[in-house]
Amino acid sequence: MLALGHARTGCNTTPMKPHQLLHPTPKGLYCPPGDFFIDPVRPVDRAVITHGHADHARAGHGAVLATPETLAIMAVRYGEDFTERRQALEIGEVVSVNGVTVWLVPAGHVLGSAQVVVEYQGTRIVTTGDYKRRRDPTCAAFEPVSCDIFISEATFGLPVFHHPDTASEVRKLLSSVHQFPDRTHLGGAYALGKAQRVICHLREEGYDKPIFIHGAMKKLCELYEEFGVALGPLEAATIEKGRGEKNRFAGEIVICPPSAIQSTWARRFPDPLPVFASGWMRVRQRAKQRGVELPLIMSDHADWDELTTTVEEVDPTELWVTHGREDALCRWAELQGRRAKALHLVGYEEDAE
Amino acid sequence: MNRFAALLDRLIYTPSRNGKVRLLTDYFAEVPDPDRGWAVAAITRDIEIRSVKLAVIRSVVASRVDEVLFDLSRDYVGDTAEAAALIWPAEHGSNRVPSLSEVVGELQSVSRSEAPALIERLFDALSAEGRWALIKLITGGLRIGVASRLVKVALAEYGGKEVQEIEELWHGLKPPCQDLFAWLEDKAEKPVNAMKAPFRPVMLSHPVDEVDKAKIDLSNMAIEWKWDGIRVQLVRDGDEVRLYSRTGDDISNAFPDVTDGFPVNAAIDGELLVYDPAVTDGFAVRPFNDLQKRLNRKTVSAKMLKENPAFVRAYDILWADDEDLRTLTLDERRKRLEQVVGNSLPRVDLSERIDGTDWETLAEHRSSPPLDAIEGVMLKSKDSAYVPGRPKGPWWKWKREPRLVDAVLMYAQRGHGKRSSFYSDYTFGCWRGDELVPVGKAYSGYTDQELKKIDKFVRDNTTDRFGPVRAVRADREFGLVFEVAFEGLQKSPRHKSGIAMRFPRINRLRWDKPAGEADELITLEAMLPK
Repeated sequence: MLALGHARTGCNTTPMKPHQLLHPTPKGLYCPPGDFFIDPVRPVDRAVITHGHADHARAGHGAVLATPETLAIMAVRYGEDFTERRQALEIGEVVSVNGVTVWLVPAGHVLGSAQVVVEYQGTRIVTTGDYKRRRDPTCAAFEPVSCDIFISEATFGLPVFHHPDTASEVRKLLSSVHQFPDRTHLGGAYALGKAQRVICHLREEGYDKPIFIHGAMKKLCELYEEFGVALGPLEAATIEKGRGEKNRFAGEIVICPPSAIQSTWARRFPDPLPVFASGWMRVRQRAKQRGVELPLIMSDHADWDELTTTVEEVDPTELWVTHGREDALCRWAELQGRRAKALHLVGYEEDAE
Repeated sequence: MNRFAALLDRLIYTPSRNGKVRLLTDYFAEVPDPDRGWAVAAITRDIEIRSVKLAVIRSVVASRVDEVLFDLSRDYVGDTAEAAALIWPAEHGSNRVPSLSEVVGELQSVSRSEAPALIERLFDALSAEGRWALIKLITGGLRIGVASRLVKVALAEYGGKEVQEIEELWHGLKPPCQDLFAWLEDKAEKPVNAMKAPFRPVMLSHPVDEVDKAKIDLSNMAIEWKWDGIRVQLVRDGDEVRLYSRTGDDISNAFPDVTDGFPVNAAIDGELLVYDPAVTDGFAVRPFNDLQKRLNRKTVSAKMLKENPAFVRAYDILWADDEDLRTLTLDERRKRLEQVVGNSLPRVDLSERIDGTDWETLAEHRSSPPLDAIEGVMLKSKDSAYVPGRPKGPWWKWKREPRLVDAVLMYAQRGHGKRSSFYSDYTFGCWRGDELVPVGKAYSGYTDQELKKIDKFVRDNTTDRFGPVRAVRADREFGLVFEVAFEGLQKSPRHKSGIAMRFPRINRLRWDKPAGEADELITLEAMLPK
């Protein structure tokens, strides 16, 4: 656990009320003394961004403070002019924004993802952004930071969500490739994070053949490689002119954005077998609705056990719960005798992960 | 048990028949006895479990999970069994996962009072998928989209046998069916079906194509009506009496009137039909719709028996008084059939032979049969033996032409599996005034090339989206007209149009036809059986 407790002990003024330091607004979480937003959903003057997913990282802010990885991801997604000013903050580096102390701590969600710690007049609030606790070969692991207020996401905040061991899910894919060698396994995975994680886990299981990727994945995969995440041989999932080419993909694994599975793009593959790597695949009806034949339960968000053990470990004075199933996590806190409330932030996509 | 659960999971998500067969055969190859036999039993019939009910599962879950959290979860998941399986906070119990046969054995032998402790122990030992499968075993009805027919096909493929051989053995098999697997793996003789009144695989016919006519010697053919019911086999051997579907499923329980009305020791092949109880002179056959009310039921009410009495119109005999008749010729079997059935059995009569030694007469029979319940003619070679399967030559069916209607495409839904990127399931409608009323749904009959064109039309003319469904522009001035073929119509209060089609499929794409000139609903209503 990060030991920065001295910042609190040296302070003699009355701690300010937490909601004065950080509170929800229609544009996102706002910090009045620092005059900045965390993951604003609309353009603002000054934004601190936890990670590069589109619902957290939007283009058009005056200034963006984030990890170098997140800034690079935003530049790839939105173009170099996604903001007027960039401020890269390395993990562990501390800055003062209008007197508010701010630093970033790994969140374990995707490459560059960070929790935002803000501290002012003896009050410390940690905003997790999105996070998970299990090992992810593509990013730094989550680090718990003790605090007064812990603002936790709750995307999978229901006790039915126990994400199984990631390696065993990936082995399901490999055994299906073995079982259906004439079909192309079309793996739907979000282009940022999930795709690279699936690829890394396939490599860890000894799969060393080229993995074919959809065009939308290319730049982000290259960026991951630049930041030192080795993905092994990748090839574009394109068909050259001429007949018979299609069968080139029989028995191969193709990774694409989930929406591409049902698009006309998918017709280039022989008898495609739709795979989807997502925490939502835990619920049968969800998988059936999407026409998935091989659901892989694999999430970049904390499952129920991870959420609850993290809260216990961080042990905040008060828990604030945001985007997801706030009710259940608040109920759990109540049963544990913990203070908790739902923040009801708007603008975050519950299905995006 | 977890391996069995994994099989169920994959079967649920796999839409293609071949894919399911592959999953099953791989499972048979990988999983030893007795588990694989119990899996066959669990998928194809309910395993009787007396002392454990759903209420036990509820109380066990309530003992470990907060009620509010469970309710929130169940509302989200939408299914109690699944929510219970997923939410279970497993505590460390045994490190060994019990096998399917151990689980079945324990469930069958446990007492009511010990049941909660057993469920708790099993829940702790199993994965979430395993717990779900366990609940499904207990509540019965796996509902995983696998018919027993498919399991028989998979067993036949696994052992390199004919599926008829499996059908023949099927009802004599006792789980875990080790003798069956030993035979399939050529380690033992074929098990003997010691059950009385067994199913005998049926002989099937080929449709008559124009090119076939020259090959068919009409002078050697017995002609009968092709009745529009369901093909059955009715067997009695002393006290044992059974009614089987054409694939060997035992449907006796739903038709006690038929089994009771067949007091002779014989196995007959015929058509199951429903008759009008008001007519006492012979059986006045009613249309298929009335028979449908009695299908797919486990039991039958007294009212149903009274209003829709069933009988069998017999056309062949396979066995009588301990004698296998299948090697005799059709004419010889017909004599035996007439002796056995006669004309005094309560619920069985003879399918009459009709005239027809030339194609013109047959064509007339076929196009204008005397009853709605006739869907064409059958041609059977008089000197043919009864051969299971579909041998080409001895038996032919010549069905009446399908009915046709021109309807306008209204909605398109994405398909599954191979067709998941295509809008391949179509809802079409006919005109009632200026309004299109949906009259049916079809997802076959077109070529791959046509599918691509329709798909493009759907994407180019979408007016609204509802999940996987798109509404397509369809008005008097613009729309895509399908010529839809179907086998029959019935009244249906559940549909807005008031009618339901049997076996609708796309016969032709009428790109040339203006949508406003598609058929009116009243045209269809006129085709309803009187």
